Amino acid sequence: MAYNGDSDRSPAQQPPLPTAIKLLVAGGFGVGKTTFVAAVSEIEPLSTEETITTASIGTDDLTGVGDKVTTTVALDFGRITLDPQHILYLFGTPGQDRFWFMWNELSDGAFGAVVLADTRRLEDCFPALDFFERRGTQFIVAVNEFDTGYRYEPEEVRAALDLKPNIPIVCCDARDPRSATLVLVTLTKHLMSAAASSVR
Amino acid sequence: MSDFEHPLLDDDAGPLVRPYTVSNGRTAPTAKLDLLSLVRSTGQLRPSQLENEHAEALLLCREPISVAEVSAHLRLPAMVIKVLLSDLVDVGAVIAQAPDPAVDPTDQTVLEALLNGLQRRL
Repeated sequence: MAYNGDSDRSPAQQPPLPTAIKLLVAGGFGVGKTTFVAAVSEIEPLSTEETITTASIGTDDLTGVGDKVTTTVALDFGRITLDPQHILYLFGTPGQDRFWFMWNELSDGAFGAVVLADTRRLEDCFPALDFFERRGTQFIVAVNEFDTGYRYEPEEVRAALDLKPNIPIVCCDARDPRSATLVLVTLTKHLMSAAASSVR
Repeated sequence: MSDFEHPLLDDDAGPLVRPYTVSNGRTAPTAKLDLLSLVRSTGQLRPSQLENEHAEALLLCREPISVAEVSAHLRLPAMVIKVLLSDLVDVGAVIAQAPDPAVDPTDQTVLEALLNGLQRRL
């Protein structure tokens, strides 16, 4: 970018800040979320720590310190500069169920989500599916094809997950940048058709 | 990291300054920032006019960058970075994109930019 810190340029002369787009990659522990983020990101995936304050309902409250709990959650994320005015950030959701409360904050403002599934442990993605369905966050399911996993047809996975017919299911190799990027293309097309149908 | 840290200790010793020392113990940023708020330096102040972490944060802001990225690069919790960056906003060193109003996830123009940007990478 031409702008390089010259101090006599007023803020009004600067181009507007780009728009940040947030997508989520969810799924059970060890399903390949970090691998997926690394495959599509233009930078080495980064990690940040966010401090979350939440009501303790639903968590073990042994402390008796009241109804607020503060937890530090580490988030891995990647970045794709789409064009000068749009930057995509891809966040991997924490895999452990005890961080479910974090997802509210994470999913605020998210355009949509990829739920990664491992056919050897399909049930691991149920919490993510439940969560996005309840929140009304648009999502697709991507089956990460592990070498040792049995290959199921997408419709078999759909039946096993009890997914609605309009939710796309794709197979992918989370290690492969092209395969992982195609998953994001499928998600984006799903978001476009969902947005178009919600207007009417 | 700051010059006055004990220079004889190496990285293995871990951080010698507690994270919230950097923000003078403050946990509430004055500017409304979230992880994906984008910031960029205005050029009104040079990093050399600031101290330590503020200067390092400002250096990272030459191009538009998110709060999450500044946090990752400086290895400080996002909440500390929000305080640092809102300090920089207050003195006019950076501008921040307010997270509200949030981007509309059904905005077809933005979705098309997303689709085109992804397809260019295939």
